[in-house]
Amino acid sequence: MKLIVIGCGRVGSTIAKRFASEGWNVTAVDENETALSRLGENWTGGFVRGHGMDSAVLREAGIEDADAVVVSTNGDNTNLVIGQVAQKRFGIECTVVRILDPARADFYRERGLRTICPTSTAIDSLTDAVRSCDIPQQPREEARV
Amino acid sequence: MYVLIAGGGKAGANVMRTLLRNGHEATIIEQDRNRFERLESEFEHQAMQGDATELFVLEKAGVKRPPDLVLALTGDDEDNMVITQLAKEKYGVPKVIARVNDPRNQPHFDLLGISPTVCATSSILGLVEHEVPEHDLVHLLELRKENLEIVEVQIDKSSPSAGKTVEKLRLPEGARLISVMRDGKAEIAVGSTELKPGDQVLAILQPGKEDELRRVLLKN
Repeated sequence: MKLIVIGCGRVGSTIAKRFASEGWNVTAVDENETALSRLGENWTGGFVRGHGMDSAVLREAGIEDADAVVVSTNGDNTNLVIGQVAQKRFGIECTVVRILDPARADFYRERGLRTICPTSTAIDSLTDAVRSCDIPQQPREEARV
Repeated sequence: MYVLIAGGGKAGANVMRTLLRNGHEATIIEQDRNRFERLESEFEHQAMQGDATELFVLEKAGVKRPPDLVLALTGDDEDNMVITQLAKEKYGVPKVIARVNDPRNQPHFDLLGISPTVCATSSILGLVEHEVPEHDLVHLLELRKENLEIVEVQIDKSSPSAGKTVEKLRLPEGARLISVMRDGKAEIAVGSTELKPGDQVLAILQPGKEDELRRVLLKN
């Protein structure tokens, strides 16, 4: 199976390494050469330096016969455009896109793009964490006065 | 008319000024603090600070009314694509115009169905092409939505089409002649119109048919 990861920061590089360790053929794409160091010394997958908006870069990374694409650059709008290019121009059905803004993530999800919103996930987890705290039921100061 | 402008650089501010002068209603959104302050001192409450790709910013600017026209004129192509997609598809804005900063991103705008687009760099290249005599086929107008373009061709003595009538030319599918300009006078090209050396011919064609058209009109 072949995976292209566009945007090789903390999230992208970890996903790339995880799938590579499971035997996938993984190629990472990042504008910045230093992103390669995030993949570690033992990285045997591919790495293409370039911008994900550039279709030539995507082709060089082998998007035309990819089974899945993860888009995780640090720009929401960049991710939205690259995600749609991967899905519509290159026909990659399994295109997964990270979007930090919940509102844009929802809108594009309704339109058929697989968006993942870490902000929404954080909000839910934090809310649940607060709710699951064992808070002793003490009468409040004001209530006693 | 109510117009919403995203991006308050030179293009946005000038369009804003002209619209207001012509009695239209408009709001301009700018993200950068310094730029926004300059806009605010000129346009007062009609300038707004914020990221126009955020839904709540667009809504505060009145995108839900919806405006008759949304202009995405920021210096960032991804932002312009998202602004116009949101305007059209989420808020039902009837007409959008997007600025293309890097002509290499034009295929992305086309893929996402964003039209019309304006690209200063492409316009300059088009004009350069117009000035360079080696370019025997000059692009005059691109009708992107219709997937057609209008080109100008100059017929000379050695052209295979010189001396032939339009109906005798074996024009490629997807290409038609529009008019012939001779001695400063233009006439509509019909079947019986005969092409002569020195004629300037306008043709409409599907992009990609240029070479075939060139072969029929200019080279054997």
